[in-house]
Amino acid sequence: MRIVSEGLTFTYNKKTKFAKKALDGVSLVIEEGEFFGIIGHTGSGKSTFIQHLNALIPVEEGTLKIGDRDLSASVKKSKKKKFYRELRSKVGMVFQYPEYQLFAETVYDDVAFGYKNFFPEAKKEDIDAAVYGALEMVGLSREQAGKSPFELSGGQKRRAAIAGVIVTRPEILVLDEPVAGLDPKGKRELMALLHYLHGTACKTVVIVSHDMDEVADNCTRIAVFSEGKAVMQGSPAEIFSKTEELVNLRLDVPVTAYLSERLEEVGTKIETDYSVADFTEKTIKAYGGKSL
Amino acid sequence: MYAIEFENVSFSYSGTDVNDNLTKTEEVLSDFRMKVEKGAFVALLGRNGSGKSTCAKLINGLLVPTSGKVTVLGMDTQDKKSLFEIRKKAGMVFQNPDNQQVASIVEDDVAFGPENIGMPREEMKKRIDYALKVTGTEEFRKAQASRLSGGQKQRVAIAGAIAINPEILILDESTSMLDPKGRREVMSVIRTLNREEGMTVIDITHYMDEAAEADAIYVLNEGKIAKTGTPEEVFSDAETLERCGLELPRAALIAKKLKEGGLPIDGVNLDKGGLSEKLCELFRKV
Repeated sequence: MRIVSEGLTFTYNKKTKFAKKALDGVSLVIEEGEFFGIIGHTGSGKSTFIQHLNALIPVEEGTLKIGDRDLSASVKKSKKKKFYRELRSKVGMVFQYPEYQLFAETVYDDVAFGYKNFFPEAKKEDIDAAVYGALEMVGLSREQAGKSPFELSGGQKRRAAIAGVIVTRPEILVLDEPVAGLDPKGKRELMALLHYLHGTACKTVVIVSHDMDEVADNCTRIAVFSEGKAVMQGSPAEIFSKTEELVNLRLDVPVTAYLSERLEEVGTKIETDYSVADFTEKTIKAYGGKSL
Repeated sequence: MYAIEFENVSFSYSGTDVNDNLTKTEEVLSDFRMKVEKGAFVALLGRNGSGKSTCAKLINGLLVPTSGKVTVLGMDTQDKKSLFEIRKKAGMVFQNPDNQQVASIVEDDVAFGPENIGMPREEMKKRIDYALKVTGTEEFRKAQASRLSGGQKQRVAIAGAIAINPEILILDESTSMLDPKGRREVMSVIRTLNREEGMTVIDITHYMDEAAEADAIYVLNEGKIAKTGTPEEVFSDAETLERCGLELPRAALIAKKLKEGGLPIDGVNLDKGGLSEKLCELFRKV
């Protein structure tokens, strides 16, 4: 499913004195199969945008299509409401610190809750298959499924929360700051899990992140949000070569982009996608070529 | 006298069942030793569950050691008579800014600590003005704390902690919920307090870049000290980093890979500015 938004606009607390325009004409395309990164300051509209993707926030102004489902403002509410449930099972949403939302007595029950919500008629064996399948995908065992979520470590809790979302087999998985608060090893493992899910359970992965290095290392394409607009979009190579624009938006640049810029000032242009692996490989090549 | 001293400290959490019978004990710190000089900036690193936060709570007497001794500015945390004094001298800032806010208006929130310890009004006014000024939160002293950004809220929390004039500031993952801008704001306040006001800082963090700025790093692993030293010493020990679930700061990682690929780059290269100078120098030469 392709995500196409045009002129998406949204105001919180409309018609009150606290009115705040969170989205101001977002036009953005996310192709099926991408590992897409959304970056931008706190308050730039990132979270408001992703909440539109599974109709947690109904479209107020502008157009939004998820595959062939049209959520645009022009489409009648009654018509849209019919496919909301199906849409929400196809677009999985993992919020920030999702482990705080675990509530059931066992990990199994927590993961099953999501499934039963979407498929109330499901038989016990179908639920079992879906739940254990989801837990296996995030790397939690059958033994852990029987435990209380509070007996798990921080990283495991987050995995359990993700299992509760992928249990409906969404085609698009959207995660708001998936690695926030984890320790370095936990971060690495969770990013590896997202790449694994991207290749197996879910076609498209969309992450919201503050960490430019992480985005440079992981994403196929990026959108930069600022003041409610998607002001830049493109591949990491395209986005991070425009360091000046990013700095003007008061955003950081990945360390690789910083180093590339310095090297270019002394006459060495490194053509890279700004991931650490690619940047170091190209720099080593450039140096080898020069020193010969 | 050290600001903080841990002598062979062990600590176990014990659980009880519904009948208050002791069920299990889990040792989270064992034979932990640490000496922190006054005015030092010390980072505690380690994976989740390695004992870092327990360590923080032992410093201001929220927990007392199962065995061994914790001394803060010469006072034993197990001496109940000193506890009040210790907590005045060791302020703490936690992870989630929303959990440590007590009043709705910023300056009232900052005044909570001084009021509690019965600070005289005139001195209190001065302390609050100072705390707001040094943390850069003066401009919103009359604002509602709930309407501030995460970085601003956390700076208010620091203002609240330093309003009682502590000598030690303990940060328990205080920047982990902030965006890069908020983190920079908070760290710059911490640096000012440490360098200009001589405050002793204990920073518990998962951000390697943050730890790279400390005077000393203690790496915890399974309740024990796995390594201690300057940032250069700790980050040049690849085996410890791997074993303790840590990673190199970004610039150091890039430097290491370039070196492995044959570029003559020496040192650990904790900061990107230094690394860029070395790289440019190399490319200028050839």
